[in-house]
Amino acid sequence: MNEKNIAAKPDGRYIIEIRDMHKWYGDFHVLSGINLQVKEREKIVICGPSGSGKSTMIRCINRLEEHQKGQIIVNGTELSTDIKNIEKVRAEVGMVFQHFNLFPHLTIMENLTLGPIWVRKIPKKQAEETAMMYLEKVHIAEQARKFPGQLSGGQQQRVAIARSLCMQPKVILFDEPTSALDPEMIKEVLDVMIDLADEGMTMLVVTHEMSFAKSVADRVMFMDAGQIVEENNPHDFFDNPQHERTQLFLSQIL
Amino acid sequence: MSEDTAQQKKPGREYLDAPITKIGAVAWLRANLFNTWYNSLLSVLLVYGLAVTVPPFFKWAFVDSLWNSSAAACRDIDGACWSIIPQNVKFIFLGFFPTGQEWRPILAMAILIGLVIYSRERHRWRKSLLWMWLIALVVMGTLMHGGVFGMPVVETSKWSGLPLTLMLSFFGIIAAYPLGVLLALGRRSRMPTIKTMCVVYIEMIRGVPLISLLFMSSVMFPLFLPEGVTIDKVLRAQVAIIMFTAAYIAEVVRGGLQAMPRGQYEAADSLGLNYGQTMRLVILPQALKIVIPPTVGILLAAFKDTSLVVIIALYDILKTTKVTLSNPQWTNYSTEAYIFLALLYFIFCYAMSSYSRRLERELHTGR
Repeated sequence: MNEKNIAAKPDGRYIIEIRDMHKWYGDFHVLSGINLQVKEREKIVICGPSGSGKSTMIRCINRLEEHQKGQIIVNGTELSTDIKNIEKVRAEVGMVFQHFNLFPHLTIMENLTLGPIWVRKIPKKQAEETAMMYLEKVHIAEQARKFPGQLSGGQQQRVAIARSLCMQPKVILFDEPTSALDPEMIKEVLDVMIDLADEGMTMLVVTHEMSFAKSVADRVMFMDAGQIVEENNPHDFFDNPQHERTQLFLSQIL
Repeated sequence: MSEDTAQQKKPGREYLDAPITKIGAVAWLRANLFNTWYNSLLSVLLVYGLAVTVPPFFKWAFVDSLWNSSAAACRDIDGACWSIIPQNVKFIFLGFFPTGQEWRPILAMAILIGLVIYSRERHRWRKSLLWMWLIALVVMGTLMHGGVFGMPVVETSKWSGLPLTLMLSFFGIIAAYPLGVLLALGRRSRMPTIKTMCVVYIEMIRGVPLISLLFMSSVMFPLFLPEGVTIDKVLRAQVAIIMFTAAYIAEVVRGGLQAMPRGQYEAADSLGLNYGQTMRLVILPQALKIVIPPTVGILLAAFKDTSLVVIIALYDILKTTKVTLSNPQWTNYSTEAYIFLALLYFIFCYAMSSYSRRLERELHTGR
């Protein structure tokens, strides 16, 4: 086993703990009794039909959505209405969105240094050096002075990944990161995500890219109707799904 | 796909030039002015209209006109009597400001215009610029009011003409803009008290004409003050203009805030930026850019609306011109005077609107 793979192995500490979490949109019970523990360096892929609540669940982890019942503890901090706690959690949790959500009025470099400078209070020069390092990592360093609108979708998503890396997060949430991309750009984004996984980043990925799940995930989860229906290691999940709804879903997308 | 990559030519494929038959002056005329019978008719009518009106106007304004003569000399000519301007230049521009002290308002205006021109470059928008404006405000106030350094005191009731117009409008605009932005943020606040206060303010102010606000500030407001306390009339008019303009700016800015995609807030939140940072660094720079065109519309209106202070007996440049025209010698030359005034207003308004277009261009980041 080489060094990379040792670093990539999950260790014992829980970075995210969700206990019996419920969420309602008005009267509608979107998430019901979610329990989830994520260890450091663990890679989890969440799949499920649209409307199953998988995006909503990971958005609860950095409080883009509010849960109404149960506990969410991120890196030792429990999420409550306390805005200081929320900001603390958000600084530790990176997020990559389906539609990239880069800041169009800022250059790529400014997009990357905004968080480090204003949230982490890192000096500008140092933040730029770090940003350049991550831009090189996602193979896009030569675009640093351009604006997001001048890049392709795949490039923008790689910038978005670099932007969350610049905050040196404990965990990164990916909310369907390749769903808005043209087919030929999906691979360049997935390759960057695979590199990250190999280096031991803790990742929660909502995606329909089952090849990614097979090759990278420690655990795969299937969600339906606001509940986690089934979870297993990728091998058993794909070859021997237990639940009827999982079987139906897999037969539809594979 | 991006603009640059879209224009990159790939090797191994032939790129043709656009057809040449559509280029050249005659082709342009045919394509744009004479492409259909009704378009041709319109073009002919337009040319006829210009031919009928322009030469006589030119003759009136430039050939038969007098530029700096006495009023008596003007009576013998058919053309324009532009002399009304140079002959009354002091009163039109400076109104009742005491003779011998004219250098003070002129210097104040020079400082104001100079600073506006200096502020045009975006790289100068730093904290030091804010200090320069504050210092300039004090210096201009001192110059106009006097009472120190051996300058005799000039009461604000004597401030008139162009300095009054410029100060009311520029300081009105500069103070109203940030106030309007705050009101817009307040109206979108989740805190019910702040939201309600902002909504009530905005709707109340927008529900009354500026004239009535000016009246209230000048007639009603003093009634509520304890005896012996007075607040300067010019200052009250200035506050009324600021309050009025801010309410309109607030609604335009709110439109810009609503146009912002939710993903921008979420991306800022997910980085851990707090509310103030999110607004200042992410949301407002984009939202304010979107609403530059309607904002400039409001600022232009505010600039021109300062002429309404005439109803509370302040003598802005429109009023000083009117007073000049009430002199029997010059009564007949109102056309010339108003053309001159229109030109003056136009210069300031056009400068503002072309600057706004430049800003839009500079802030465009492709998308």
